[in-house]
Amino acid sequence: MSRPVLQVTDLKKIYGQGEATVHALRGVSLTVERGDYLAIMGSSGSGKSTLMNILGALDIPSSGQYLLDGVDVSRLSDGQLALARNRLIGFIFQAFNLIPRTSAVANVELPLAYAGVKPKERRRRAMAALEVVGLADRAGHEPNQLSGGQQQRVAVARALVTEPALLLADEPTGNLDSKSTDDVLQVFDDLSAAGRTIVIITHEREVGDRAKRLIRLVDGGIVTDTRQSPLHLPPVGAAPVAQGRAMVAGRHTR
Amino acid sequence: MNFFEVIRFSLRGLSANKLRSALTMLGILIGVAAVILLVAVGNGSAKAISDRIEALGTNTITVMSTGRGGSSSTSLTKDMADALIDEEMAPDVKSVSPVVSSSATMTYEGTDHSVGTFVGTTPAWFTASTTPVGRGSAFTDDDVAQGRRVVVIGKTVAEELFPGVDPLDKQVTVGGALFTIVGVLEDKSSTGFDDANDRAVAPLTAVQQVLTGYGALTSIVVEAADPDKVDAVQGQVSTILNQKLDVDSSSTSTPYRIQNASSLLETQSETAATFTTLLGAVAAISLLVGGIGITNIMLVTVTERTREIGIRKALGAPRRVILTQFLIEASLLSVLGGALGVAAALIGSQFAIVGVKPVIVPSSIGYALGVSIAIGLFFGGLPAARAARLRPIDALRYE
Repeated sequence: MSRPVLQVTDLKKIYGQGEATVHALRGVSLTVERGDYLAIMGSSGSGKSTLMNILGALDIPSSGQYLLDGVDVSRLSDGQLALARNRLIGFIFQAFNLIPRTSAVANVELPLAYAGVKPKERRRRAMAALEVVGLADRAGHEPNQLSGGQQQRVAVARALVTEPALLLADEPTGNLDSKSTDDVLQVFDDLSAAGRTIVIITHEREVGDRAKRLIRLVDGGIVTDTRQSPLHLPPVGAAPVAQGRAMVAGRHTR
Repeated sequence: MNFFEVIRFSLRGLSANKLRSALTMLGILIGVAAVILLVAVGNGSAKAISDRIEALGTNTITVMSTGRGGSSSTSLTKDMADALIDEEMAPDVKSVSPVVSSSATMTYEGTDHSVGTFVGTTPAWFTASTTPVGRGSAFTDDDVAQGRRVVVIGKTVAEELFPGVDPLDKQVTVGGALFTIVGVLEDKSSTGFDDANDRAVAPLTAVQQVLTGYGALTSIVVEAADPDKVDAVQGQVSTILNQKLDVDSSSTSTPYRIQNASSLLETQSETAATFTTLLGAVAAISLLVGGIGITNIMLVTVTERTREIGIRKALGAPRRVILTQFLIEASLLSVLGGALGVAAALIGSQFAIVGVKPVIVPSSIGYALGVSIAIGLFFGGLPAARAARLRPIDALRYE
């Protein structure tokens, strides 16, 4: 078995000092294998966003070890961290976080630009990623010309364009209506079927149900860890009708 | 990621916020243009004053009598004027023009005009007093010797007496005698309340004969060979006059007074220096105010984009790339805004502002441009550096 994509040991995060100390994470240990589709659920304030920010190398833990693709993240310099965020992680935010007044394709190209990919190759790969999320025809649109679901799919395309080892999604459907939620979740299912490792944070039941593995977080600690479907099979949500798109996704991203 | 790419990022960043970029540049433009124009207006008015004083003739001195009542012992005479032309005692004197002047009424075909100053002198006076003849010609030494009644009139006189008629070779009546007009003086800017164009100039002998009589001279205009020699000439002239008028060398008061245009100019340049200092202070303050404006907009621009910096960092942008991008944006804004400000100032200086023709001081361009660009870079770069150092999550949470 290959080494896990993600391995955290006894992760703690403490905000504030003295009386106002908040223990956002109280020793989380977690291993995510390649190809897994993990959903982390928990109520507001359970520490799931804090965990996600640490997993995405956007924040640093107070203590504990975090191995990303076998590399100890806490030992990385600022420049190496930037490199890790660029190459190993694709991060999807609840608030989409597209660069305003910049076209969809330019947004998707951005991580490739920071990776030093040549403009022509960049455009080709960005278009391929937009194809995967079904938005190739909206490439020239700016974020404010797209619906919420479309913006989130652009953000997904941006996250997967560098072919990262790990896709992290922090409440990706939190700002979306049910139709857009279905669109975005379908993209995740397809990506999972294509062999991507995905970690998704949510508080919505139907989102958690589609994942292969479900973790519940309460007060900064893991309370349940359930395998819902086998690691090496497509997730339950990847319906046969979506098989065509999954094939496209597979061809373009692997 | 190469430098060229970062420049493209910066350009995209600027064009993504066209209004904000334009406003930032406008702020810098106004700051730079205001400073340059302000200094130019100050410099222009100082220059205008000195030009007017120079028009009086900087290399001449005027000797005037201080005696009252025309007592013969203290008045200036033609004899004294002749004595000043002396290779031995006054080597730096170029020309001497004895002057008599009075006011007179000039009549032409029933039209009267009271001429402000009717001057009787020698041809050298025209160059000495920098009053060149515009049309026609000046009278000659021969005219003076013969006492011919010819006259050169100023522009105001020509307009009053000869509206729409060529005044040359016309005959006018002055003090009961007929004078022939041989020339018209060039337009001269007035130095004070007197209209410098309201005058007529005729040969000394003719004026003495017709108007003033052969008594004392009003003044003697002495022209120095060189503007630097004016002081020397002044000394030489007073030596000769003291001799002629029997003034004791130890005496403190003389019966004549020497007016020196260069001393007037000196006073003026001191005044201009004070004026320039004052304007410099005003310019410095406006540069400071402009600088605060630039600081403001730069801080706002970068702070507003902290979130964007967070997104870029989350996507794996190294700190150096972010910093370079924002520095290039700031320098493009400052340099473009500054250059446009200089252009605006140069265009603005073509027009008279509150009656003053601005004269650009080259160093003010350098200062204004340098200070604005430095401020733009510093206050554009500093918050960008701070934001680029933030952890991505903190930059993303920034509101």
